[in-house]
Amino acid sequence: MLAVALLVFREVLEAALIVTVVAAATRGVVGRARFIGGGIGLGIVGAIVVALCAGVIEAAVGGSGQELFNACVLLAAVLMIGWHVIWMSSHGKQLVHEMQSVGHAVKAGSSSLVMLLAVVALAVLREGSEIVLFLYGMAAGGAGRADLLLGVPFGIAGGVAVGFALYFGLLRIPLRHFFTATNWMLVLLAAGLASSAARFLIQANWLPAWHNQFWNTSALLDNGSVVGQALHILVGYDARPAGMQIAFWLVTAGLLVCGMRWMTRGHSQRRSAVTQPVAT
Amino acid sequence: MLNRICLCLLLAVSTVTWAADLPEFRLTIKDQKFEPAQLTVPANTQFKLRVTNADTTPSEFESNEFNREKIVLPNSTITVFIGPLDKGSYKFFDDFHQDTGKGVLIVE
Repeated sequence: MLAVALLVFREVLEAALIVTVVAAATRGVVGRARFIGGGIGLGIVGAIVVALCAGVIEAAVGGSGQELFNACVLLAAVLMIGWHVIWMSSHGKQLVHEMQSVGHAVKAGSSSLVMLLAVVALAVLREGSEIVLFLYGMAAGGAGRADLLLGVPFGIAGGVAVGFALYFGLLRIPLRHFFTATNWMLVLLAAGLASSAARFLIQANWLPAWHNQFWNTSALLDNGSVVGQALHILVGYDARPAGMQIAFWLVTAGLLVCGMRWMTRGHSQRRSAVTQPVAT
Repeated sequence: MLNRICLCLLLAVSTVTWAADLPEFRLTIKDQKFEPAQLTVPANTQFKLRVTNADTTPSEFESNEFNREKIVLPNSTITVFIGPLDKGSYKFFDDFHQDTGKGVLIVE
């Protein structure tokens, strides 16, 4: 029972943390619950399909299909988060203003919401497909029905509970700083996912490692621990990263920060250009 | 700027060692255990590890110490590229059968 609950918990935790950051970042947006729920639903269906097709995926691209598939899913999520972060940096202030003046949900650009729906779906798909394969193995390997019937719900409940705890913790951030905080969390999340994508490409020998184990902080915080794993998802923490992973992390974070700055500046310039004739 | 990024990417890809030239090592998962449970590989050399799952249930070959993870379906073989690694011992495990699926890579 414990083994089942633990593995399910770990996989659910990874997806739940991503969903939580997305949920916080879309606070106050009309129809957000429907979008996130839809993303989770799509992800679960996708996870089952991916698990069923695992053999086909594995055999593709000269036996590196699994790595390539994972890297593509991760990089797609990075692009979509990037889109949202840059869009938010020019619309975030307006969003806060509207939330404060209207006092309730606001309409947000739907393209940005669809992107985040996809991020949720991809996160659930990736972690979910592992759970499906694991449970299939447990059932086929003759694990007791009680093991599965107790272990799975406990594992899911544990992972979801950590997600909710983080969500309500984030809600304590004052509203005027809220979207700045969630935007930074999304930047770190995207950089971490890009680093994971690099790891898969190194594993498939598609990219050089640029030195395996650029540093080793596993004595301080191991990736096998729950805290290490949570930080791995939230900020891309890796106890023994390859040089290439660090490069992917830095480039992703750098591009997103530049994009945010550029959009914020462009937006305020446009605004001052509009208000100037009135002032004179 | 874009040109420079493209050039860097090309340089990066060109430094990837041609896979066929790499030394190859093998592991088998049988009765949810690794055979051999201890594998010796050379230090400072990139190598190919072929992991065969002889069981009827899926496994996941994983290591936090040399940072790899890959699902191994029943009756199939996967390839992972590992290293170059410094001398030392590096644990790996079967994420789906953590009680029994344990092994160690001896790099020397």
